Amino acid sequence: MSPHPYAFLAVFAAVAVAFPLAALGLAQLWFRLFQPAKPGDTKNAVYECGLAPTGDSWIQFKAHYYLYAILFLIFDVELHFLLPFAVAFTTLPAGALLAMLVFILMLAEGLVWAWHRGHLEWT
Amino acid sequence: MSDAAPPSPEITDAERAELRRHGILLTSIEELYNWGRSNSVWPLQFGLACCAIEMIAASMARFDIARFGSEVFRPSPRQADLLIVSGTVTKKMAPQVVRLWNQMPEPKYCFAMGACAISGGPFKQGYNVLKGIDRYIPVDIYIPGCPPRPEALLHALITLQEKIRGQTISGRDVPRFLRPDATCDYPVPEFGAHDLEPPQNPDVWRPPALVRKEGA
Repeated sequence: MSPHPYAFLAVFAAVAVAFPLAALGLAQLWFRLFQPAKPGDTKNAVYECGLAPTGDSWIQFKAHYYLYAILFLIFDVELHFLLPFAVAFTTLPAGALLAMLVFILMLAEGLVWAWHRGHLEWT
Repeated sequence: MSDAAPPSPEITDAERAELRRHGILLTSIEELYNWGRSNSVWPLQFGLACCAIEMIAASMARFDIARFGSEVFRPSPRQADLLIVSGTVTKKMAPQVVRLWNQMPEPKYCFAMGACAISGGPFKQGYNVLKGIDRYIPVDIYIPGCPPRPEALLHALITLQEKIRGQTISGRDVPRFLRPDATCDYPVPEFGAHDLEPPQNPDVWRPPALVRKEGA
């Protein structure tokens, strides 16, 4: 009986989990057995490239760039799906063309929405 | 043969070499530990002046510090083992260097690379230059030169590896980071009105005292 063709994935997953767990466990064991903890005010402080930290590290980042991320995603996803589609175009049935048109229509809708809201005016 | 020493439980180097020839590798946790960490000394990605250019050259293909396991320059002190003080430490910069040193986890090591980091070098007479980083940080290896060539940095790394391999993990001679009572928090100097305050860490460095002998 030959192993399942995807059995190696299970082996990979097991190794991928076991290896870091073993390393972390060994480090923890070493810490318990030999190495005393050396905490310090400076060591536990927020890291700011060596400068004295000011304020809290839990600050809110500006989310205004999400629009650019969405616009980028429209073209990026479009490219990722259109290129394989174009390569295999001659062998595909008519249904695939229809599905692709619907897909492009949905993406174009997002672009139209952004255009309508005035997000494409850069200046 | 009457005064022969009693047989030692320690295995001699000759016996070890003999075993190794037969394909048997004898080791101890201490040796394994030191072997591992001496071959993965990760420096902090931290350059101060022209010595840093030599440090960068050492990490590139021509000199290739990766041969010694130290190619992983960490951008965060949390992951670094080695602070290479590569260049002139101005008094404005010294608090940052000491703070970075404090933020590195133990065990950690320090190179004073170049004449400036050792003593202030050609800028020693300047009002704004620290006269050696060893006033605040215990330096493991001094690398003379202005700037030192990459080979000198590699030699310092090899020397540090030898030092690490010689460290013990138990007994009286354990290094500082294994002693529970030893603090590893070094006071960070403040940039005062005229000079750094304090001007040095007396636990690490004291100004050389002039002792006059009576009647001399």
